Amino acid sequence: MAILVVASIVSLVPRDVTIRVRGESGRMRDTTVKRVPIKQGLDLQGGIHLALEIDQTGGPVADPSGALDRALTVVRSRVDEFGVAEPLIQRVGADRIVVELAGITEPGRAKQIVERSAFLEWRITDTENLFRDALPTIDAALVRAGVRVTAGGRAATPTALEQLLGGDTAETADTTVADTAYSPDQPGPLSTMLYTGSVPGEFLVPEEDFLLVDSLVHMPEAQRVMPRGRELIWASEPISQGARSYRPLYSVNTRSVLTGEELSDARATIDPTSNQAIVLFELTRSGGRKFRNETRQHVGDYMAIMLDGRVFRQPPVIRSEIGRNGQIELGNASLQDAQDLALVLRAGALPAPLVIVEERAVGPSLGRDSIRQGQRAGIAALILVIGVMLLYYRIAGGLAVMALAFYVLFTLGGLASFGATLTLPGMAGFILSLGMAVDANVLIFERIREEIQLGKTPRVAVDQGFEHAMPAIIDSNVTTVITAAFLFQFGTGPVRGFAVTLIVGILASLITAVFVTKTFFLIWLQRRGTAQELQI
Amino acid sequence: MLRLFNQANFEFLARRRVAYGLTLAFVIPGLLLLGIRGLNTSIEFTGGTLVQIHVSDSAIRTADIRQALATTGIEAAEIQTFGAPDEFVIRARLDPRVEVSEETTQETGVAVRDALTGAFGEDVIRVDRVEAVGPKVGSELRERTLMALLLAFGAIFLVIWFRYEWRFSLAAVLATLHDIVATVAFAAYLNLEVSLVVVAALLTIIGYSLNDTIVTFDRVRENLKKYKRDNIYEILNRSINETLPRTVLTSGTTVMATTALLILGGPVIRPFAWVMTFGIVTGTFSSIFIASPILWSVERRWPGEDVRGARTIAAKGAPAT
Repeated sequence: MAILVVASIVSLVPRDVTIRVRGESGRMRDTTVKRVPIKQGLDLQGGIHLALEIDQTGGPVADPSGALDRALTVVRSRVDEFGVAEPLIQRVGADRIVVELAGITEPGRAKQIVERSAFLEWRITDTENLFRDALPTIDAALVRAGVRVTAGGRAATPTALEQLLGGDTAETADTTVADTAYSPDQPGPLSTMLYTGSVPGEFLVPEEDFLLVDSLVHMPEAQRVMPRGRELIWASEPISQGARSYRPLYSVNTRSVLTGEELSDARATIDPTSNQAIVLFELTRSGGRKFRNETRQHVGDYMAIMLDGRVFRQPPVIRSEIGRNGQIELGNASLQDAQDLALVLRAGALPAPLVIVEERAVGPSLGRDSIRQGQRAGIAALILVIGVMLLYYRIAGGLAVMALAFYVLFTLGGLASFGATLTLPGMAGFILSLGMAVDANVLIFERIREEIQLGKTPRVAVDQGFEHAMPAIIDSNVTTVITAAFLFQFGTGPVRGFAVTLIVGILASLITAVFVTKTFFLIWLQRRGTAQELQI
Repeated sequence: MLRLFNQANFEFLARRRVAYGLTLAFVIPGLLLLGIRGLNTSIEFTGGTLVQIHVSDSAIRTADIRQALATTGIEAAEIQTFGAPDEFVIRARLDPRVEVSEETTQETGVAVRDALTGAFGEDVIRVDRVEAVGPKVGSELRERTLMALLLAFGAIFLVIWFRYEWRFSLAAVLATLHDIVATVAFAAYLNLEVSLVVVAALLTIIGYSLNDTIVTFDRVRENLKKYKRDNIYEILNRSINETLPRTVLTSGTTVMATTALLILGGPVIRPFAWVMTFGIVTGTFSSIFIASPILWSVERRWPGEDVRGARTIAAKGAPAT
C-alpha cells in the first residue's frame, strides 16, 4: 500500500523531458522542460497521424508483405528529416503503416514522406580528407559570420543564441564576446563538436549537438568554403559508444558510383566459410560494367550506401574489383542486420509506391484549448462529487473524499508509469471515472448503513459491510474492464487512450476501495474508542 | 443525516408496463427519425474530409466560407460553426455511390485549406484540425465497430453466466441492449455526430449499465438464498429497493461528472459527453425498470434452481399472468 503511494508520487514528480521544437527560423533544437511525465496524445499536443498503404491501383504488387517492409525502411529514413523527437512508425496489420509525428501539422509536408520514391546510391567517401583539411577555413568563416564558441566548447549561432535565451538560460552565461578575432589555436565552432571516426570521411557528432551541427554546416557562409566535389551526409541512425550516443557525419563524393536503378537484387545470407552474415547483391548488365570500372580505381577505399540522403550503416571497404555480382561483409553483425541492409538495397531497387489512406492533423492551439477545457471540467466534476459525498455521508464522506484523492493519485501515477498516452477522450474518460470511482465507496457505505439498521455494533457493521459489498464491487467492475478491453482492441489512438484510462481507473478505484477506505475506517473507529453509535 | 430512499418499498415490477411503454414511446419515434434522416456518422466511418479552422476576422460567416470554397470549385461541403462563432468545421463526406481513389480525401483537405487562405489571407485563417479518411479505412472501421459491440456483448453474457446463471445473463444483456437502442434514438433526436469516440461512449455505457444491473442482481442472488419462502416477484422488488440508494447516488455523481464535461469540456468532446450523460440516465432506468422485470419473465418461464426454492407462482401482490 505504502509502496504504491510512493511509486505513484515518484512517477508523477515533474522531471526533465527533452522535447524538440522548431524555432522561428525554421531550425530545430532540443530543449528541456520540467513537466509531469505523462505522454500527451497527438490530439492534445498537436501533430499529424498518417496511415499509409502500398498503392496497388496500378496492378497488384508481387510481394505485398515484403514491399511493406521496404516501404517501412524508406519511411523511417525520411521521417528522420523532420527532426521529430519521438516519431512513431509502425506496421499495423498486414498492409498498413502508421506514422505519428508530434508537432508537425502541415498536411503538405506529410506528402513529402510518400510522394518521392526511394532513392538509393553508392558513393565513395572522402578518401583524401578534403573536408578535414578544410575544417579550419570553415571554422574561420563561421566565426566571421558571428558564430561564437561558448566556454563549454559548444558553438552558438546568433539565432541559436536567441533560442537559448528563450528556452534555456543556463548555457548562455558563458558565451564570449562576438567580435573576438579567430585564431587557429582556438577551438573552432564546428570542429569542437566533431570527433574523427574510424573510416576516412567519418566524423562522430554527439547526438545532442546533431541539430546544431546540421544548422552550422548548412549556413551559406560555411557552404561557400566547403571543399568542391564533397558533400556532408548524416547517417540514418545514431550509434552508441559506451553511455554516449553519436550521430555519424560522412564527407562523401558528390558523384555517385551507382544508383538503385542499376541494382537488380540483394539478399542476406550466412557465408558458409566464415560463418558471418553477408549481403549478396546483383547488378544489371550495364550497372555491372560501370561498377567494375569504378571499383577498379577505388580498391581500398570506402563506399557509403545512401538511401534518401542518409548513409546506412558504416561504409564498407572495397576489397577488389567487383562486377555484376558482389557481396558486402558485415563483420560480426547479426543476420537481422544483414537482412535490414538487403532491405535498404532492395527498397532503392524496387520503389514501392505508397498512398495515404488516413490523415489526421491537429494544430497545437486546439490541443491547448482541449487541455484547458478538460482541466476545468475535471476540477468542476471533482468539486461536485466531493460536495455530494460530504453532504450525504458527512464524516464517512470525508473518508471517501480522501479515498478519491488516492484514486486520482493512483490513476495518474499508473498512467505515467505504464507510459500510457493521455488523449482527449482519455481525459474525458478520467473525468467520467471521477463520478464512478466513488461507486465502490457508496456500495460499502450503503451496506454498512444496512448492517447498522439490522442492529449490529459499529465494528461488526463495518466488517460485514465491506465483506458483503465485495462481490457486487468485483462483479460489476469486471464487466467494465471487459468492455474497455474490447475498446482497446478495436480502437485507434485516441480511443485506445480512453480505454487505457478506463482500465487504470477501475483498478485504482478497486485498490482504493479495498485498502484505503477500510484502513481509514478502522483508524477512525479506533479513535472513537468505545462509542456506541456510528454516524454514517 | 441524509438518507435517500431509506427503507424504500416501491412496487417497481408492477409498473413494468408503464416503463415498457415509456421506452417504446421514446425509442420508436427516434428510430423512425433515424430511418428518415439517417445516422449522422462522422467521416471516420463514411470516409471524407474534415477541416476545422479558426478565423480572426469576426465578420466572416458560414456563407462567406461557402462562397470562398465555391469559387474554387469545392461544393456540397457542410459548414458549421463549432463551439464558438469564430470556429468553423468544414466537412465533406464521401458518397458511397461514387467510387473515389484513396488520395481524393487528402487532396480535398489541401484544396479547402488553400481556397480559404487564398480568399481571406494567411493571417486570418488558422487551420486547427485536418482529418482525411479514405473509403477503405471508413468501411473497415464500420465492420470493426460492429464486431467490437457484438463481441463485448457475447463476452459479458458468458461472464455473467459464469458468475450467476444464464437467466441473469439474458436479462442483463437485454436491458443493456435497450440502453444502446435508446441511446442511438437519443443521438438521432439531437442529430449528434457519431464518431469513434461516441462509439467508445456507447461501449462505456454497456459497461456502466451492466455494472448497475449486476449490483441489483447480486442482491437478488443474495436474497434468493436469504428469503427462501418468498416469491421471486417480492425478492426482485425488495432487491431493487434495497440497492436504490446506491443506484441513485452513484448515477448522481457520475451524471455530475459528465455534465461538467458537457458544459466545460469543449466542443470536440461534447457529443461524447451528451451520449455519456444520457447513457447513464437510461442505464439507471433500465437496471431498475427493465432488467428485473425481464428476469422475472424469464424465471417464470424457465425457473432456475434458486428460484425453485422460492415460490414461483403468483403470491400476494403479484399479477396473475
